[in-house]
Amino acid sequence: MEQPIIQIKGLGKEFQTTEGKVRALGDINLDIQSGEVFGIIGLSGAGKSTLVRCINFLEVPTEGEVLFEGESLGSMNPARLRRTRQSMGMIFQQFNLLAQRSVVRNICFPLELTGTPKSEAKKRAMELLKTVGLEDKAGAYPAQLSGGQKQRVAIARALATNPKVILCDEATSALDPNTTKSILGLLKEINKTMGVTVIVITHEMAVIEAICDRVAIIDKSQIAEVGKVSEIFSEPKSKIGRQLILGDAARQVKFGGSRQIRIIFDGRESTEPVISNMVLACKTPVNIMYAQTRDVGGTAMGQMIVQLPGDEAEADRALRYLETSKIPYEEVTEHDI
Amino acid sequence: MTFDAATIQMLKTGIWETFYMVFLSSLLAYVIGLPLGIVLVCTDTDGIHPMPAVQKILGTVINLLRSVPFLILLFIVLPLSKMVIGTRIGSPAMVIPLTIAAGPYVARVVESSLREIDGGVVEAAKSMGASDWQIIWKVLLPECRPSLLVGGALAVTTILSYSAMAGFVGGGGVGAIAINYGYYRYEAGLMWVSVVLLVVMVQIIQEIGMRMSRKGDKRIR
Repeated sequence: MEQPIIQIKGLGKEFQTTEGKVRALGDINLDIQSGEVFGIIGLSGAGKSTLVRCINFLEVPTEGEVLFEGESLGSMNPARLRRTRQSMGMIFQQFNLLAQRSVVRNICFPLELTGTPKSEAKKRAMELLKTVGLEDKAGAYPAQLSGGQKQRVAIARALATNPKVILCDEATSALDPNTTKSILGLLKEINKTMGVTVIVITHEMAVIEAICDRVAIIDKSQIAEVGKVSEIFSEPKSKIGRQLILGDAARQVKFGGSRQIRIIFDGRESTEPVISNMVLACKTPVNIMYAQTRDVGGTAMGQMIVQLPGDEAEADRALRYLETSKIPYEEVTEHDI
Repeated sequence: MTFDAATIQMLKTGIWETFYMVFLSSLLAYVIGLPLGIVLVCTDTDGIHPMPAVQKILGTVINLLRSVPFLILLFIVLPLSKMVIGTRIGSPAMVIPLTIAAGPYVARVVESSLREIDGGVVEAAKSMGASDWQIIWKVLLPECRPSLLVGGALAVTTILSYSAMAGFVGGGGVGAIAINYGYYRYEAGLMWVSVVLLVVMVQIIQEIGMRMSRKGDKRIR
């Protein structure tokens, strides 16, 4: 396996506040591969924004290290660190465009910092504006743009120095659902056509589903689990994972007296009428309490919570049927969800 | 009320003296105050280059200078004018105390303008690999331009009103005419003319500052 583009080793961050030390992150270990779209999800206050800032050393970690292409950011001198940051574009929830600069001059900004000749910078900026679909807005000022347009300009700006990585800090959290979709589509396209590694920080599962290959779930300053999005979606192992992914189920299901199971669809059986077959084969009714499918990376993923018949023998028959059909399931109680 | 040619000539000279006292002092006050204001913001604990000790000491010195009433400062500083300019009376001599009084004031005005900037924009510049200098020159100052111009109008009008007090210690300008003729010789007509001239000057400075600020501000559309 080739060397990960970003390695985070034993990273921790403590903040000194008036009320003493606050631990924002602890024992974070992550390898991010070149060319992947990597998601970091967590509830607010989990430490994900601090984590993304540690990746480009906007926040200096108090423990552990961050390696970019094998080189530790902590060991770099300030000039080298600034050059390394130019290999990592960043976009923000609040866009953070320069309000007094036109769109094209905003995109030229990172190039100005590296001393690129003006005409060359402008040419590059115009190319990027085309990439993000805003050629006609070159002379406009940020105040004249919508949120989605601002984020497109911010993406173009982040791409100006040909970075290898783009860090997205809640980049779609201030946008409406349609705009979110188009911005995520743009990020995915940039990832595919330019091979830029994308790291996405979010609190929205939908963002992870839409574009990420792998995801880390962060909870209470630590990584709860890491894995392929398809795997974590079908079988979240951590409590926070279940809460984030199956969150809706917990609210909607009211349990009756008898046993419940969660049947997991991991893409293979989506063409097969699993429940109907089970009912026909076992000659016993089941009660569908909750069902949900999502399109994750092109395959159907989902889960269904089914109440088994009160009769133990009939319930066992249904479970045996699932086992022999190799359909993953787990028994659930109210506390599990 | 009629003015003879000599009076009109005196008023003209007064206007010119006021203009150059205020212009020169403002310029020098910004030469001192602008860098100090930048240092105050950048060295703060949440600034781009935290140096809490420097921030604290500089802040204290500025507060000390600002708490001396201008009239007292005038008397204290005039010997310095004698040393630097060779005289302690007349408009040129007033430039020194005006600059010393206005420099710290300008530093605070600049500081408050620079603090208006959204921290996220500075963070974005940092994420693009900007150095501290680049953040100051390419982000802080241009992004705060409208607010700096409004602050500039405020500072210049304050310097103008300080300059009017210079009349008490042998300085020149329109303020001196108001004091010398209006106050000491009870020539109310001349006093009121001087006051009106000062009011007009303040209006002009304020208007120019506001217009430049609004015109250059790309946030308003």
